[in-house]
Amino acid sequence: MASLDDLKKRISSVKSTQKITKAMKMVAASKLRRAQENAEKGRPYSDKMNKIILNLSNSISDKENSPKLLAGSGEDKVHLCIVMTSDRGLCGGFNTNIIKKAKSYFKKILEEEKILKIITVGSKGYDQLKRAYKDNIIEKISFKESKYVNYFDADKVGKIIIDEFEKKEFDVCVIFYNQFKNVITQIPQEQQIIPLKNSDSEKNSSEDNYEFEPEEDEILSNLLPKNISTQIFKAMLENSASEQGSRMSAMDNATRNAGEMVDKLTIQYNRSRQAAITKELIEIISGAESL
Amino acid sequence: MSEGFKIEIVNPDKSFLSKENVSEVVVPAFEGEMGILKDHISIISFLKPGIIKVFTGSEEENFYVEDGIVEFKDNSLSILTSSVFNLKNSDKKHITNSIEEAEKELSKKEIDDQKKFLLNSKVEVLKSLNIN
Repeated sequence: MASLDDLKKRISSVKSTQKITKAMKMVAASKLRRAQENAEKGRPYSDKMNKIILNLSNSISDKENSPKLLAGSGEDKVHLCIVMTSDRGLCGGFNTNIIKKAKSYFKKILEEEKILKIITVGSKGYDQLKRAYKDNIIEKISFKESKYVNYFDADKVGKIIIDEFEKKEFDVCVIFYNQFKNVITQIPQEQQIIPLKNSDSEKNSSEDNYEFEPEEDEILSNLLPKNISTQIFKAMLENSASEQGSRMSAMDNATRNAGEMVDKLTIQYNRSRQAAITKELIEIISGAESL
Repeated sequence: MSEGFKIEIVNPDKSFLSKENVSEVVVPAFEGEMGILKDHISIISFLKPGIIKVFTGSEEENFYVEDGIVEFKDNSLSILTSSVFNLKNSDKKHITNSIEEAEKELSKKEIDDQKKFLLNSKVEVLKSLNIN
């Protein structure tokens, strides 16, 4: 059995850990509020963008010659996966969930004997993937320096994707991120951005005739690269809100567990202290009796 | 029935401006300035650097945009742009910097015609802003 001093030390160390996790939870909570606000503010832009592109792509008469970013390169050989994770750890299952989702997708691709290319955004994703898929990772991007998610960063990623596409480096592009539902639930998502997938449900609602100035093709070829950046930006916003939410609940759990542990250790400490006192008393009494 | 229509300017971070009952909006469309009144036909177009003018009754508001797309449908005008600011709170220093950057970009040799055109109009608009 541990001595009284050891127990005391353990209690104080657990207590200081609890202080840290509690502080991290507070920080995450305040960051979460801002991230959540940003994610909600960013939604109208990406929604509108999607709607306009949907309208445009429906009204394009010549589907054969539509821009490659919309229709794809016509092949399905090389898949580019953008895995978006956080730059910091200690956020529960946040990164692991994305990686798990991504890995099951990778497996499917490799089983079908297609070529896999990976770009990781955020250093945690790279750390987890580099062991198994080192040769597949063509680029790793990290925005550790920027304090908040901004469009400029998203645009950088978007430009890389478009550059690679124009060099015909891949046929299909999929992004992985966590969608923020609420503080406790984050849903890992896979979303295909090249070629663009139309959701069928919305197709019927948009049969309006638009006037275009300039021509449809020209607008589309201008808009599609922007849409890529917008989708990345949306994913980044969702991700940052999810990260903070996930960290908050993870740290909350940790604080609670630490509390339980302190209680347990305190009981153990008190008991062994009592036992020591009793033992001393017995020694004194039996010493006195023998006289 | 109201006399005007609805305008919404959205940028990636937030909804920048949302206003009901606007009587007229002038946008710097790619192929020239375009005035939009109520019951305009549905239209999609994209923007070059310039000034968006929003008229509400006798009031007028001006915004500078660098790029973006406009969509008008069912008397609601949406403008998506990544860079927009109100001329009222514009910052001279910022404008001067932007001009310098654009001119630097212009002096590069490898840019194509379309980009050149866009940059030229950007410089032009920004310079006219600085004079006022």
